Amino acid sequence: MSDLETFRAETAAWLEANCPPEMRQPLVDESDACWGGRNPTFKPGQKEWLDIMAAKGWTVPDWPKEYGGGGLSRAEAKILGQEMARLRCRSPLSSFGIWMLGPALLHFGTEEQKKHFLPPIARGEIRWCQGYSEPGSGSDLASLQTSAVDEGDHFVINGQKIWTSYADKADWIFCLTRTDKNEKHKGISFMLFDMASEGVATKPIVLISGQSAFCETFFDDVKVPKSYGEGVSSVVYEVNKGWDVAKYLLGHERSMIAGGGSEGATSLGAKFADQYGRDEMGRLDDPMLRAQMADMDIEVLAFRAMAERFGDTFKAGLCHPAQPNMMIYAGTEINKRRHELIMSAGGSEVLEWESEATNGGLTARSWLRTKANSIEGGTSEVMLNVVSKQILRLPGA
Amino acid sequence: MPLYLNDDQQMLQDSAADFMKGEGDVAHFRKFRDMNCKDGFSHDLWKKFAEMGFTGIMISEEEGGLGLGHVDAGVVLEQIGRNLTPSPFLATAVAGVEALNGGGKTLRDKYFPGILSGDSVLALAIDEGAKHRPDQITMAASREGNGFKLDGKKQFVVQGGSADTLIVAARTSGSAGDEKGLTLFAVDTDAAGLTRNSVRLVDSAMAAHVEFDGVLVDADAVIGEVDDGDVVLKRMLNAGRAGSAAEILGVGAGAMDITVDYVKGRKQFDKIIATFQSLQHRISHLYSEMEIARATVLKAQQMLDEGSSKAELMVSVAKAKAGRATALSVKEGVQMHGGVGMTDEYDIGLYMKRDRGLQEFMGDANYHTNLVAEMHGY
Repeated sequence: MSDLETFRAETAAWLEANCPPEMRQPLVDESDACWGGRNPTFKPGQKEWLDIMAAKGWTVPDWPKEYGGGGLSRAEAKILGQEMARLRCRSPLSSFGIWMLGPALLHFGTEEQKKHFLPPIARGEIRWCQGYSEPGSGSDLASLQTSAVDEGDHFVINGQKIWTSYADKADWIFCLTRTDKNEKHKGISFMLFDMASEGVATKPIVLISGQSAFCETFFDDVKVPKSYGEGVSSVVYEVNKGWDVAKYLLGHERSMIAGGGSEGATSLGAKFADQYGRDEMGRLDDPMLRAQMADMDIEVLAFRAMAERFGDTFKAGLCHPAQPNMMIYAGTEINKRRHELIMSAGGSEVLEWESEATNGGLTARSWLRTKANSIEGGTSEVMLNVVSKQILRLPGA
Repeated sequence: MPLYLNDDQQMLQDSAADFMKGEGDVAHFRKFRDMNCKDGFSHDLWKKFAEMGFTGIMISEEEGGLGLGHVDAGVVLEQIGRNLTPSPFLATAVAGVEALNGGGKTLRDKYFPGILSGDSVLALAIDEGAKHRPDQITMAASREGNGFKLDGKKQFVVQGGSADTLIVAARTSGSAGDEKGLTLFAVDTDAAGLTRNSVRLVDSAMAAHVEFDGVLVDADAVIGEVDDGDVVLKRMLNAGRAGSAAEILGVGAGAMDITVDYVKGRKQFDKIIATFQSLQHRISHLYSEMEIARATVLKAQQMLDEGSSKAELMVSVAKAKAGRATALSVKEGVQMHGGVGMTDEYDIGLYMKRDRGLQEFMGDANYHTNLVAEMHGY
């Protein structure tokens, strides 16, 4: 057996032996994920699973061991992911610290910043949120106005963020602030501070889905120390160079999303035919719906091939750096259409917003949630702009 | 197997691109169209295909070919599509050869030498109506002495007028709609009782209506097994469908390239029209569709080469997706060219017409979408 095959076998055996049974059930909705933090809420099995995985460094398998990671090679981390998927083990920890801040710190942070901030992220002890968008700065993010004024040993922050995911539950924030009003991109800094600081307020935003994962976040004369200890600056990289960090993170985020591909059942038609009834030929008994479902099957299978090709070319360094933008554009648009079709197939029954039969309107709420897919993290229109400019090199794009 | 071309396939792509551009570009296509060529392609060029080894791309090395697979055939076909190169490559060297690969050694020994030398042209006699419906074949092949007697009509037999041999699907038992009862035959076009009426198509290709009036063939003409022709027919259709998906992908990619070039040069309102966001977003959407189609076509070809049991599903996905993406490419192409897109002088209209022909070849996007639903059990 090769080393990797041994690793696979040992990993599978370890997962089988250690993953609590509750953690091998599919997630029903976002609230089933474990987010950790200072004031965690754990469902049965979650804490056990988080602690045992964190002890191995497997909440962040490919981070270096000295920062709380598993120190796995990319190939090993991929195998761990495959085995967890195969055995239906849930991810032990959902975390913007892992997905976003971690990669930024690993790339731009000082050694002291990494040692200070990364291990609590890996253990799920500190829950982070992202302060990027503002009411007046959406697609044009670099126009942001939340100010950070240098007051000697600290900054004073004033302004407002919006679409801050779970700000009301987060312990710390990584936040883009304006440190130079006379510059646009070159006047932004990437700052880290405690959400318990005086002057921070959050207000959940009720969405069309009825859920409120996002908040408005207000900063009123918030004092942020310049340093949290020797070499542990509250600013990542340098003052006025926060846009470089944000751009790096956006690229990282887009390649992560883009690699995800389209999950879920391959064939909607196969799933709905029994519910709908079939004609004497065995066909789904609504010709227009059947045609649309078959179209969607093609879109999903085609996009799955695209995701495979994207992953393969990305790994081999053969893929255009802006290709993730195209992947997100295509993937989010397909996902929105897919949920339109699911609603259409469900008819009046899935309109029930609070009934037990619909599990609290899950289908409808999921449908509404997908509408954000092509807005958050860059709208479809922004993605098309990037493709126009960077891939097709169209003038003036 | 990673979902991109390996080094050998990349080299093949380079040489196929150079070859089509050098020997069979759009100017070549126009020349043969304008001389009203009865074949719709150049036999000299077909000979050069043979010299390059392309005609034997799917013939085994032991039998004198290159012994390559669907991915490699697709590489050549994409370049044919990009350059609108007129040739019998798809029907002869891809679908026809795959049919014969599913037949006996006698047949292969009879036909492969002529294909390898570029002397022979095969054509496929499948369709009997305006739409591709191989499951509805009614043409009769009845037992006669040692062989069979063929009676019936076929249409959309592309290059049927130039072919020396037809691959004919006919019914030896059962009735239309039955999976079993079909048999595939290799029929020489000089057989008594066989008449061909060639017509020019919208894309300047030539296709024949073929009538079989008591055409006698001997038992050696059967490709595969009598009444079990669906096996070898499926093999041929998979090759032809994946191949036409690759060719149509080339048509779409070529149309997109010339359209992007055009909008980068054309000025209106004192501005290069490519600077208009209304065009940028449409072109970028098209790029996305073409990329997805490319991944899908390659996936289908790899699955055919691996002998995957799901290959047939992916072939239908590929023909449908590549068909829809390229239809978008040529329609947007003509629109973005504006008035000159309507002229014969500009090439974009030729791409639109070629797309239309390839859409119908071996089943259009609707046909394959329906197949996908059937294969998914609804």
